[in-house]
Amino acid sequence: MAFLEGNALFRNLYCLLAGNPGNAASCSGRDGLLPFDWEWLAFAIVAGLIALALINLFLLFAMFYTYMERRLLGRFQGRIGPNRTGPVGLLQPVADAIKLLTKESIIPNGVDKLLYNVPPVIMIAVVFLTLAVLPFGRNTFIANVNVGVLYIIAITSVNVLAVFMAGMASGNRYATISAIRGVAQLISYEVPMVLSIVGVLILVGSLSLVDIVEGQRIPFILLQPLGFFIFVVGASAEMNRPPFDQLEAESEIVSGYHTEYGGMKFAFFYLAEYSAVLTTSGVIATLFLGGWKGPLEPWIPSHLWFLVKVFALAFVFIWVRATLPRVRIDQTMAFAWKFLLPLSLINIFVTAAEVLLLGQATEGQGLVVSTGGLWLMVAINIVVAFGGVLAFSRMVSLRTTALPVRAGVPQASPQVSEVAS
Amino acid sequence: MPFRSEPVTVNVGPQHPSTHGVLRLRITFDGEVILDMEPVFGYLHRGSEKLAEERTYTQIITLTDRMDYVASMTNNQAYVIAAEKLAGVRPPERAMYLRVIAAELQRIASHLVAIGFLLNDLGAFATPLMYCFREREKILDLFEMLCGARITLSYMRVGGVFQDAPEDFWPALRGFLHEMPHYLDEYEQFLSENEILVTRTKGVSILTVDHALNASVTGPVLRASGLPWDLRKVDPYEVYDRVQFDVPVGKVGDNYDRFKIRLDEMRQCLRIVEQCVDQIEPGPVRAAAPNLIRPPVGDAYGRIEGPKGELGFYLVSDGSIAPYRFKARSPSLINLTVLRDILIGWKLADMIVTLGSIDINMGEVDR
Repeated sequence: MAFLEGNALFRNLYCLLAGNPGNAASCSGRDGLLPFDWEWLAFAIVAGLIALALINLFLLFAMFYTYMERRLLGRFQGRIGPNRTGPVGLLQPVADAIKLLTKESIIPNGVDKLLYNVPPVIMIAVVFLTLAVLPFGRNTFIANVNVGVLYIIAITSVNVLAVFMAGMASGNRYATISAIRGVAQLISYEVPMVLSIVGVLILVGSLSLVDIVEGQRIPFILLQPLGFFIFVVGASAEMNRPPFDQLEAESEIVSGYHTEYGGMKFAFFYLAEYSAVLTTSGVIATLFLGGWKGPLEPWIPSHLWFLVKVFALAFVFIWVRATLPRVRIDQTMAFAWKFLLPLSLINIFVTAAEVLLLGQATEGQGLVVSTGGLWLMVAINIVVAFGGVLAFSRMVSLRTTALPVRAGVPQASPQVSEVAS
Repeated sequence: MPFRSEPVTVNVGPQHPSTHGVLRLRITFDGEVILDMEPVFGYLHRGSEKLAEERTYTQIITLTDRMDYVASMTNNQAYVIAAEKLAGVRPPERAMYLRVIAAELQRIASHLVAIGFLLNDLGAFATPLMYCFREREKILDLFEMLCGARITLSYMRVGGVFQDAPEDFWPALRGFLHEMPHYLDEYEQFLSENEILVTRTKGVSILTVDHALNASVTGPVLRASGLPWDLRKVDPYEVYDRVQFDVPVGKVGDNYDRFKIRLDEMRQCLRIVEQCVDQIEPGPVRAAAPNLIRPPVGDAYGRIEGPKGELGFYLVSDGSIAPYRFKARSPSLINLTVLRDILIGWKLADMIVTLGSIDINMGEVDR
């Protein structure tokens, strides 16, 4: 339970219940409410309570986000958007939820029941699990895991499985196409996405998200513009957001892997998809925008700064969705491997070289760059980012020609000819 | 290790978000690549041609409305031209100008729908579509002034038009002519150089001129391939010989050309309407033809350059109040026949875009 030590809320509640059992060192010496040796129950109760509160709060924000997305899309498209339910349409998500909850749960014939029912749960669980390591404000986090970044990467890559299971179990050919696309795209985009974080890790020297926020003297969007760009692009591909929404490309494969899902199962996919925007925005804000840090902090609380950054990033994702057409699947893949991957390698190389040249060795912390050196890095990295993107957009062409397919030749079925002879 | 994959047959449609109605395509895929394709249609067949044999020549106008329901005006025009040829009626000057104005406005509206849905098929989530519909709405408002209807117009009559344009139509039309070029500039700016759109459409599904001619493709699809064949120029009807306009042509005949040519054509439509507004003079709008026409025995073929291609109606009269045979040459159906040949070897996503760039309308394909 060491990773929960830093969490003050957990510590206080745990001490209240369990007293001073010895393993929570900072509890003052008084007795707890529960008898001796019942620490496991105290842990379960406190963890359950915190998870319940957090998930409900998060779902509230996710609900608001779905409203915001629909409303903003309406604005971008020159229409009004939902405005009938409640004040300015604010209760629209509630109405949607009631409608989806009360719908009949239809399971198509011929699906694999287990594989069909599990993916919605996985999708939504992945999103909630991400919350465990995000620092929401000053000293506010569930767990300060020392491999937080690695944890997030590992957790979010699980939804490939969910997509594949859902697509394959549905027994629908659109869903199958979507599942195949999903595996290809989600795995491909993870590579540049992970590599783009390495620059941040070099600068901070820690994998803990709490340390990354505290280590940002200058927001890393300035120090790592290329990394930020690659991460945002990769994240929008991971979330199936346009222009990389290959998995549920509506005009091509109807709804993709969740074509055959209805009612609450569909609602889980829908919710997971929209909540993923919020958690991803949270991760981006933490890694690149200084997390909960912000000016005027005593007056404007750090939690509010974090929320502002998350919703500002979410706005960018909505904006992109309203603006860009979809890229074709092979172009999407080529973009990841030919464009983003080399750029992320360049980013790592440049950042590492800069830290090696500008950094001074300090006791126990490795190479630390002074503030002046950081500003020099900002200048160099912005030039590298723009130069790199421009150069690669000149060099890499995503256009392809038609494959030489011989078509229209009726193929004689061997069995038929045998019968005939 | 050799990689082996099995072809999969997928029924795209008739229930599909982007088959422009109820088109069904039986496609054989190898992964994402199209190996073979067969369009299946008839899901919207309403038997218009047979129904017309039971209706009077004036009643048939309402049937033509429902063929290409995003371009009713040009359907009306093609039909009344055929019927006038058959009955030997000549509409008055003012009626012909009104018809040309209405038809060109309809062409703009139809091209706006084509571009909007093409971009929707490209995956731009409804935004360009809503912008295109914003302008189309203005045209529909103009139509509402002309005849009270917005979609199924039935504005034209054998021997003229239903009624003269009201007084407030002309300032509204001038206002539209004034603001539409700015909107077209906006489309050019947003769409024509959009990197994703160019990457997705340039060089994709090339239709050569020879191929297009062999398949008797007409309209913007043919002109995008590079042949300046426009019935308004080569076989002028009504007042098209009195107005100046250019026929834009494409270079390659790919999806991008088919998209771009519609933008260019809208500008020419505006030019034509402007000249018509300047040239039109007061006068009657309806020739002295009865509502219940009994044309002499014979046949006639009337054709116009519709928004989607050569739109023609063939009428055979046996001297009664209803035609003996009514046949529509619908450009959508004939343009659709090249779809398979230009698609093979391309991918699923290109299929949707190519279908959108050919701009079919199922009401017209199935009739």
